[in-house]
Amino acid sequence: MPAQAGGAARRVDASSAEDNEGGDEVESLEIAKKIQEKYPDEVVSISETRGQVSVILTKDRIVEILRWLHDDPTFQFNHLADLCGVDYLGKKEVRFEVVYNLYSIPLRHSIRIRAQVPEDDCSIESVTGIWMGANWHERECYDLFGIEFMNHPDLRRILLPEGWEGHPLRKDYPLDGGGKNWSGYDEVVEKAKKLSQYDFYGIYQDPTKKTGLEDAREQD
Amino acid sequence: MPENKTDLKETTREEMAYEPYTIAMGPQHPATHGVLKLDLELDGETILDCKPTVGFLHRGVEKLAENMSYAQTLPLTDRLDYIASMANNVAYSIAVEKLLGIEVPLRAKYIRTIVMEMARLTGHLLWLATHALDIGAMTVFLYCFRERENLLDMFEEICGARLTTSYTCIGGVRQDVTGHFLESLYSFTEDFPSKIAEYETLIDKNRIWLKRTQGVGVVSAEDAVSLGLTGPTLRGSGVEYDVRKHMPYDAYPYVDFEVPVGSKGDVYDRYRCRMEEMHQSNSIIRQCIEALPKGPIRAPDAPDLVMPYARQKRVVADATFASGVIKLMEDTEHFIEGDVYVSAEVPKGELGFYFVSDGRGVPYRMHIRSPSYIHIGALPFLCKGQMVADVIAIIGSVDVVLGECDR
Repeated sequence: MPAQAGGAARRVDASSAEDNEGGDEVESLEIAKKIQEKYPDEVVSISETRGQVSVILTKDRIVEILRWLHDDPTFQFNHLADLCGVDYLGKKEVRFEVVYNLYSIPLRHSIRIRAQVPEDDCSIESVTGIWMGANWHERECYDLFGIEFMNHPDLRRILLPEGWEGHPLRKDYPLDGGGKNWSGYDEVVEKAKKLSQYDFYGIYQDPTKKTGLEDAREQD
Repeated sequence: MPENKTDLKETTREEMAYEPYTIAMGPQHPATHGVLKLDLELDGETILDCKPTVGFLHRGVEKLAENMSYAQTLPLTDRLDYIASMANNVAYSIAVEKLLGIEVPLRAKYIRTIVMEMARLTGHLLWLATHALDIGAMTVFLYCFRERENLLDMFEEICGARLTTSYTCIGGVRQDVTGHFLESLYSFTEDFPSKIAEYETLIDKNRIWLKRTQGVGVVSAEDAVSLGLTGPTLRGSGVEYDVRKHMPYDAYPYVDFEVPVGSKGDVYDRYRCRMEEMHQSNSIIRQCIEALPKGPIRAPDAPDLVMPYARQKRVVADATFASGVIKLMEDTEHFIEGDVYVSAEVPKGELGFYFVSDGRGVPYRMHIRSPSYIHIGALPFLCKGQMVADVIAIIGSVDVVLGECDR
């Protein structure tokens, strides 16, 4: 038997975490500058908050740039930590941004890529071909912001039901949902009412009698 | 019945008008650990495709957070991974502190590390209990809950709540730990390794357990990273990625611990990783109690961001709570414009908070990177080609909580 008690899990002493300490900020800035050197037309700006560096890009060649960051041996950004959308309604010229938080597990450095998505052309290329895990991140972003991801294998709403109107995380979506019910709401309530009238005992007393469940099925 | 034997042999699937069928597993299924629905497309008992449906617990935490001050959002994080809420509190606090640029006092860091590891134990104990119960080992469930109760009682002692703790605050912790708490926790850690050995005697060499877990739900290291798996689910595949080591926070740089890693990436290796992690958590708690320094428990430069509790009520200029909160929300002194992404290692994996700030006391945008959401997204990959019964083992082994998934 290959796995005795405690045998399958070997322990790794990852004390090399301290080796990179302090060098993180500089390295992220260097990466940002390398991106700017290679794609000068695409990089809009580079910003830094508390030592975390973001590169703001136009969306046109986003997949090419991210694939380069993923495959290049000097970067090796193999872990897509996070992908989300941000709505800058009235704050910035370009309304939406899609944010990619990248981390390299072997080299232990990180960078943030922010792709600008204008409101009138609200779509961006999908990165599911680079990281499989981007699939659900992008579905969530589509659901809550309405940003379309082109070439996505299965772009449907995920947290909200099909047929929901609007995209809740947009800044012009009211907090209380605008007072409207979801279009499928009445249907669900009616069905639940009908099913709650299910007659458990009547069927034994009178076999010809229809139950609420059958009624509901017939109407479907 | 066919007339002779040759008829039976020659009948193929095409002749039988065979077609794959779909069954819905959940949302009301005890082994899905919450309201998760899986549409399984089956060929006999083999799974051709698996489509998870989530969102039944969607409460819009991210939208709510955009309309509340940072301190008010903290209790919402209890409701993410509700079986280890301490860990969420810590993860949220370190993210806001990064944005503020606050350095937390050393004592608070140690206390947070203690409660974080206690949360990891509660999370892993509940995982082991339910995972074993799903696969059919009933006794482990009772044993695990025995120890989990002890830990929850200790949570109650330090903050008054067993599950929805809200113990940390921005810049430290809400109240100091007592000597009684430390003593009882220390005596708990003395016994606990023997308790882990007890669980292991029940299932570790159990032939049924091994048959149900070994070689099931295998994911290679490369695929696991590409899928975005984190935590023990990733480490079972042999990838040594732990936020506590890679981006150390709180008191983790000062304690000595190891990261258990598997090799095969099956359900059994993930189980082994979590069992070893419990040993490590136990050791971290002991080290922290032994080295717990004296001093303040809250950073002095974030006073206004603390909720006004009894002692401070007089200090807060506005008598009413509501106007105090509005003052906090319009506060422009403490926050800078910009965005930060900070993650922490919670029992399930990497819990990250991404904040965009416009300089006010309200987050302009908060995004929660929850490990359960990504892990459920990986289920179709893990389940394909497996048996129906293995789905239960796989869901258990990736360790999901739907409150965290749907947010």
